[in-house]
Order: sequence, then C-alpha cells, then structure tokens
Amino acid sequence: MIKKKSLGKIKGFSIQFLPYSELSGMDSTQRIKKILNIVLGNVILIIQGKIESHEESRLIEDTMAMIGHVKGFKGIELAVISGDNDEGFFVRIRRGLINAMGGGNLGALTIIGPATIVKEIKKNPKKIELLLDK
Amino acid sequence: MVAKALKSFFRRVFSRMFGQKKELKMGFYGPPNAGKTSLANRICKDFTGEEIGSVSKVPHETRSVQFKEKVEISYKGKKMMFKIIDTPGIATKIDYEDFLKFKIKKKDAKNRAKEATQGVVESIKWLDDVDVVVIVLDATENPYNQVNITIIGNLVARKIPVLIVANKVDLRKANIKKIESAFPEYDVVGISARYGKNLEEFYESIFRLAKKV
Repeated sequence: MIKKKSLGKIKGFSIQFLPYSELSGMDSTQRIKKILNIVLGNVILIIQGKIESHEESRLIEDTMAMIGHVKGFKGIELAVISGDNDEGFFVRIRRGLINAMGGGNLGALTIIGPATIVKEIKKNPKKIELLLDK
Repeated sequence: MVAKALKSFFRRVFSRMFGQKKELKMGFYGPPNAGKTSLANRICKDFTGEEIGSVSKVPHETRSVQFKEKVEISYKGKKMMFKIIDTPGIATKIDYEDFLKFKIKKKDAKNRAKEATQGVVESIKWLDDVDVVVIVLDATENPYNQVNITIIGNLVARKIPVLIVANKVDLRKANIKKIESAFPEYDVVGISARYGKNLEEFYESIFRLAKKV
C-alpha cells in the first residue's frame, strides 16, 4: 500500500540557481558573503559545482556567528552531490580537465537552504531528499 | 595555514632528530551526540583514572573544547603519550527550541544555543592545531551528512591523519557497513564507548594512526 504523504501548510518558497561563473572570480570571503546573503533572503540556493572544504567550514563558522544576531535565523542545511565517485579512470581525467578549465568542480551541485525552510537534507549515494519545514 | 604547516613540519623533524618524547594532540570531532565525550572519557578513565567531561542525551552538552594532557595510552606493550582534545559537535544549525523538548527552561535553552554556536566555531578553529583526529560518528545515523564530509575535507587539506569510529554498535539500528561504504578510503572501527566494546581494535588503530604523523 502506498503511504499518502501530506505537504502540510507550506506557504511557498524560492529556489535560486547560481552558475559557478558567478562565484569563480570571487575570493572566499566574497563567495561566502554572496551565499549567505541569498540564503538569508529565505531562498534555497542551488550552486553549480562546489565550494572548497575550507570555505564550507568558514560558511559554518559565519552561520554560527549569525544565529542569535539575525532575527529568526537558525542556521542552514547544506549538501553537496558529486557524481564522480564511480567513474572510470578516463572519465575522471576528462572531468578533471574540464574542472581545471572551469576553475571548480563543475560535476557537483551544492544545495544550501535556511533551516527555517529546509528541515533536513537526506542524502545517500543514489538520491537526495529535501524535507521542508511546514 | 602555510606557516602552520611549516611549523608543524619543523617540529616533527626536530622532534625526530633529538628523540624528544612528544605528546600527540588527538582531536575528537564529529556531529553532536555521536559520543565524542563518552569515548574521550573512556580513554581518560582507562589511562588516567579521571574523566574529561559530562555526557548527556541533550545535544550540545560539550560546548567548549576540553583537554586532558599527558594521557599515556599503553596497549600490548606499546606506549604513546597523547593530549586528548574533546571538541563540541559541529552542526550547521542550532535552534534553542530543540532543547525545550528536553524540559530545559526557555532562558537556559537560549543560553545553551548561544554557547553551542560558539562551541562550533571553536571546534573548527582547533582543526589547525591537532596532529591526529578521531571522527566519532553515530552508527545508527546516516553517515552521508555534509558536516562529516566537510570535517574530513578540511583534515585531508591539512594532511592530518584520520580514523573513523562508528560508535553505538550496541544498538540494533547500528550499521557499520554503511559508514564503511560512505568513507572507503579510511579505517573504520566499530565500538560502543558506553559499554567499552571493541576498544582493543580502537587502541590498535590509534597506534597505526599515530605512525602516520
């Protein structure tokens, strides 16, 4: 029997797509500032590619600094989907070249949403689920 | 970061040249409520007779970095000195309302949330000052959490050796295989910090990890 799922009372939300080209010319501080500015506008952000791991930790630090200082802000939900885990050698080389030319890991997608809207991002190697707060 | 890496390199070289008995700084990292303090307590109790901090079912019980210096771990005739660094759980969101479910007063919950956010920042800052890291994960939870991946990514960038501990294997829902398949490049040791299960394998792995420094 298929379980019926209710969407509850979601009033609506916005999703913004950010091509990597909009971040590639920026330094880490500018990137994080841009990302947080979008997310603070209660928007779920989908970034082409992924930011560096030190930028991710910086993003977490800045997020923590904002909790309690920005009204209603509880933090973020963050997930990176990268499709390059099961690829063969030549595919990885080709992807590496494309990434080097593009200036970032373009085979990935980063999803960042405010915790007030995105309750949880459930991720496993095959799928990703965004659970929204009602 | 480059200066710190150089400093760490020269410290290691001089330490080896002059045979100085060094104390390795072993950080315990992971998401909240994974059992970092339980494991750190278990080690400290076994080798110093004292615990490092309090544990609780309420998330973010550890809200500032805790240390225990000169912890000499001895196992099967091998001995090594460690400084144990127990860090607050790293999270991307903290909502004081989550603490209210544990019958904590609103004012205390808000205070706990504030301290927890500061703790996360402190944990991240300490990534620059550890020699080896034990990532403690709750084996009953989904390991594909971005916080875990972010911590590991930062450690890889800093060339810090990592051991992954799948804690709470005493629970029926525990799934070590899932953690192993999420992080195939790393050693994963399944333990129960609460009941002291499989700590022999953990200590064995710690000595292997220390050799990588």
